[in-house]
This record gives sequence, C-alpha cells and structure tokens, in this order.
Amino acid sequence: MLELISRIFGKETSSSKDIARERLRLVLVHDRSTVSPEIINLLRDDLIQVIQKYMDIDMEGLLVNIEGESNSVALIANIPIKGLKRAPAI
Amino acid sequence: MKSKVLVITSGKGGVGKTTTTANLGTALAMLGKKVVMLDTDIGLRNLDVVMGLENRIVFDIVDVVNGNCKIKQALIKDKRFEGLCLLPAAQTKDKTAVTPHQMKNLTNELRKEFDFILVDCPAGIEQGFKNAISGADDAVVVATPEISSVRDADRIIGLLEAAGLSNSKLIINRMRSKMVKRGDMMDIDDILDILSINLLGVVPEDEAIVVSTNRGEPAVLETTSRAGEAYRRIARRITGEDLPIDSQEDSINLVDRFKRILKLAR
Repeated sequence: MLELISRIFGKETSSSKDIARERLRLVLVHDRSTVSPEIINLLRDDLIQVIQKYMDIDMEGLLVNIEGESNSVALIANIPIKGLKRAPAI
Repeated sequence: MKSKVLVITSGKGGVGKTTTTANLGTALAMLGKKVVMLDTDIGLRNLDVVMGLENRIVFDIVDVVNGNCKIKQALIKDKRFEGLCLLPAAQTKDKTAVTPHQMKNLTNELRKEFDFILVDCPAGIEQGFKNAISGADDAVVVATPEISSVRDADRIIGLLEAAGLSNSKLIINRMRSKMVKRGDMMDIDDILDILSINLLGVVPEDEAIVVSTNRGEPAVLETTSRAGEAYRRIARRITGEDLPIDSQEDSINLVDRFKRILKLAR
C-alpha cells in the first residue's frame, strides 16, 4: 500500500527497467566486441612483425585476445620476451 | 508494383515471428495485395496451424526446391482471402534440406506472382536463418521488451547487416503499457536507443492472440483485438502509408494525467 502511494506521487525507487537497460547496455558492449578468429590471427601476425624489429619474442607463448571486463573491453596481448635487440633491425 | 520479399526474424524463439507473419500476411491481403507466406522453419512448422490451414497440406517447400512438384501445386490458398497463399515447411526434414541458393531462386520465382513474399524465419542464427534471409530485400526484426530478446535482436541486426540487409525495421511485440508506466518494462525509446534501428510498429500484449491462434484465425480479422489493430496499422505502413506509431492505451494516459495534476498540486 505504501508502495502504491509513493508510486502515485511519483517517488519511484530504482525501477527494474533501469536495471534491465543498464545490464543490457553492458552485455551488448561485450557482444558487439566479438571479433572473428581470422581477424585476431591477422592482428597477431602484424603485432609479431612489429615487435620482432625490436625484441626477440617467444612465438609459442604469445597470446592475443579480446577480453571483456564488467564494463569495458580490452585487447590483451601477452608476449614473452626472450631478449632485447641492441639496435632495431630496420 | 514491384514485389517485395520481407523476412520476419528475431534470433530468439517465442517472441512472435510466426504470429507476426500470419497477421501481416492476412492484413496485407485485406488491403488487396497478393501475398505469399513462406514457412522456412523446416522440421518445426507452425505457420500452417496459426493460419488454420494445416489440413490442406499436400506438398511442402522441400518438395518444391527438389522439383517433386510445381510451386502452384504446393501453394495453399487461404480460405478467407483470394490473394493469400501459404507455402508450408516440411515437417520430416531438417534445415539442410534447402540451400540459400535454392531459397533465392524460389523467392525470385514467387516475385512473378505476388506483391509481397513474407518469409517466416526459424529461431537461431544457423542454417535455417541463412536460408530464410538469402532471398530477402528487407528484414523485419521482432523483439519483445525483454533483455534476452533485445540482446538477440542486436545480434541478428548485426548478422543482417553483414549479409547486406542494412534497412531492417523493428516490431516491438507484446508491449505491456501498464508495466511500462510502472517502470517495470523497457519502453519504446529504451529499445530504440539500444538497437539503433527504425521502428515499424508496436504490438500490445493481447489475450486475443491466444484465442485467435486456438481457432486458426489471425487476430487482424478480429475488429476488437488491439494487437490485431496494431498489425493492421503495420501492414499499411509496409505498403508505404505514413501512419504515426500508435499511442498507448487511453485509460493509462488518464491515470498519467491524474498523476501530473497531483504532482502540480504538491
């Protein structure tokens, strides 16, 4: 009854549609960031080329991924370094 | 008039694709258009029962694409409208029984005879979906104001764009204005903001849909059905008429007005 009265006078507590809208917004940020494996592979190859100019990297341990946190999306690359090069091989 | 192939799709199941196809098909026929409805949900056909035509099926869509019969032999004429036909799905095959190429040929063949070809798409994003959209000029995306349905609609809109269908329009189905006013259901603007797609119409939740489906008589034939009225308006919009989106229930607006007066008085 109290709820009804407060509703009539427009003092609504956070409505469930706002919760739905916010959750939907976040889940779509993640859904829309899905990149096809082919694109990830191309990106990976390009990254290797660039980094190899400056460093010796461990190709086996190299990981490139798109990861979604609760409210953001990031490109995570884990690239183990075997050694640095003295001068860039250009 | 140039004929148009419209695919009715949603991603999620149970949001009203088949009901929408049956009602829009019937409403377009009521406007004097020649309409054929294609059920592409092979293995799970239902458009026939929603239309009340299940007893007349002899051949199906798989028979047609395999050349077992002529298109004319498989088309079921509606019992109410001269210009309305149904091409039923096969019930004992699966989605791989038809290819996108065959669907494209089929819809092109049907263009010669009909003004509108409505393709009822199965749920999901696999082979059945790919078949259904392959011959389409435009897509109608059906979604209910629920988080799961809107999420799937977003995915479908992306897939449609990737397939070259970038002019999709949205029907929001089963809208419950009382819940919207209470703040417990996403409203039209919430959904349009999220999906960034043009709105074709809003269909209210209506018990008449259950009753009409029980009988096999589309709700657009029922003059008192609010959902039927909404579908009739959508059909007119599809034919190019510029009709405003239906305002919500009047009784609710009265309550709203009363609220506003109370707020002013405080």
